[in-house]
Amino acid sequence: MGLTLAEKILSENLSREVHAGDFAVFNVNLCLLQDGTGPLAVRQFKKLGFEKVFDPKSVVLFLDHAAPSPKAELSNDHMLLREFARETGSVLSDVGDGICHQVMSQYYTSPGDILIGADSHTVTGGALAAFATGMGSTDVAVGMGLGKTWLKVPVTVRVQATGDMPLGVYSKDMILHIIGTLGADGATYKALEFGGDTIEKMSMPSRLVLANMAVEAGAKVGLIASDSTTQKYLEKYGRAAKYREIKPDADAAYESVFEIDSKTLVPLVACPHTVDNVKPASELKGTKVHQVFIGSCTNGRLEDLALAASMLRDKTRHGDTRLIIVPASRRVYMEAIEAGYIKTLLEAGALIQAPGCASCCGVHAGILGDGEVCLATTNRNFLARMGNPKSFVYLSSVATAAASAVTGEITDPREVL
Amino acid sequence: MRGKVWKFGDNISTDLIAAGRFYHLRSNMPELAKHCLEDADPNFAPNAKPGDFVVGGRNFGLGSSREHAPITIKMVGAGAVLAQSFARIFYRNAVNVGLPVIECDTTQFDAGDQLDIDLAGGVIKDVTKGITVTFHPMEDAMRRILDDGGLVEHIKKHGDFAIS
Repeated sequence: MGLTLAEKILSENLSREVHAGDFAVFNVNLCLLQDGTGPLAVRQFKKLGFEKVFDPKSVVLFLDHAAPSPKAELSNDHMLLREFARETGSVLSDVGDGICHQVMSQYYTSPGDILIGADSHTVTGGALAAFATGMGSTDVAVGMGLGKTWLKVPVTVRVQATGDMPLGVYSKDMILHIIGTLGADGATYKALEFGGDTIEKMSMPSRLVLANMAVEAGAKVGLIASDSTTQKYLEKYGRAAKYREIKPDADAAYESVFEIDSKTLVPLVACPHTVDNVKPASELKGTKVHQVFIGSCTNGRLEDLALAASMLRDKTRHGDTRLIIVPASRRVYMEAIEAGYIKTLLEAGALIQAPGCASCCGVHAGILGDGEVCLATTNRNFLARMGNPKSFVYLSSVATAAASAVTGEITDPREVL
Repeated sequence: MRGKVWKFGDNISTDLIAAGRFYHLRSNMPELAKHCLEDADPNFAPNAKPGDFVVGGRNFGLGSSREHAPITIKMVGAGAVLAQSFARIFYRNAVNVGLPVIECDTTQFDAGDQLDIDLAGGVIKDVTKGITVTFHPMEDAMRRILDDGGLVEHIKKHGDFAIS
């Protein structure tokens, strides 16, 4: 029997074949910390008695969740992480550089890597055929010190998507369809492996959306085989030499296969307060929206800003609907300025914030009022997620968010495309 | 272990356990613990007694990787978290911080029930109701880490992972 993509990456790491269900200690290629989980990881690292990180250029610290810092306590946490980077020689990605998962994908994560990150959306790196998974601060502290982590090789659910997605439907709608069907715990402990001709034709930014939200079905990783699209993406960021092809064997043993007929997909929205509470956007017509947020590690990339700009050109946001847009990284921001997207979005009434997690995680930059509704292109809509337990968060594609910003209510983007 | 049940529902996220609006308290764990599970049950943190049990439904601890979630549950005094199922990062984090996590049928337990738990034996007695629920012990690899008192203690003791 052949190997799944997860088994293949993990077997290569060990130089011996491992299969679903096996426990082993693996060599870590990359570690990621951010400003919410990093300070605890640094304290655990010191408690463990480590003085050096296993490979300074492979440990990246991100100041992105509270960027720039809205409170003195968080400024002090930032100081702690900057100091740790200085002491150990680790890489620092400071406020304004962007969201950890976007910056990792651009400059660090490569096919075949094992990346452990103290952030659940570390799974984003799976789009580059890296075994990228989220862990807590202590696991990552140990990874930074020893260059190792333990893993149980997961069983794999193969997501097989065939056909072209209709106009107005995006990879965000596909992943919401998957999560809505599998449930928020439908892939717990498992690997999701996305493939089929729909995925093969998909851009890297769109693939990153699928991998990013794998964790919302409980998955340990969300993987996509590397191919010419991966190669071009790495080339764009000056990393052509990092490309190698990694794909599952044709006779890989999957736990199950989840088939998607992509032409039947429609624009979807995840309703409060779980990501698997998914409904067609058309059924939510009339739901008033007080804030639209386009950004995050899910949908804050250049192709997202391009789409938003194309839909908002010569239009204005609804008078009762705030429109917050946040590029996922400094590079995305600069490219969006050069392409004229930022000007178009500002003319449409958008508020542009510094690259970072911004409103998504409830720390700052767009906290909702009591009873208010936000339609966000982010990945989580849990109660209290965006900072107020009395507010309501809906999740959608960029197209649905942009269309809704104009009408002031949840709108199926096919009505305006 | 003996204590009282604090009952929670399905899909208790880490945002409910350690909310984003208290992000600035993450380096001040005693203060953060005062808000543990506040949006799910505001009575829990102020009133839980050492040894009480947090009892959830399906998919307990989904969401963010913040280890502050199991740490604050432990700081409030919980002896263990019981749930029908757990999100994987929360489960792993709980073991790493030395908080026992028990996957079992929690449907028959109600708020206020007194439980008697034999962790090694895999038996829970609901003393209030006079019923017994059994559970499978956790995987060996994690059991070794939990038995050492958490991952920091495990690595300090063995100098490396000693999971097999």
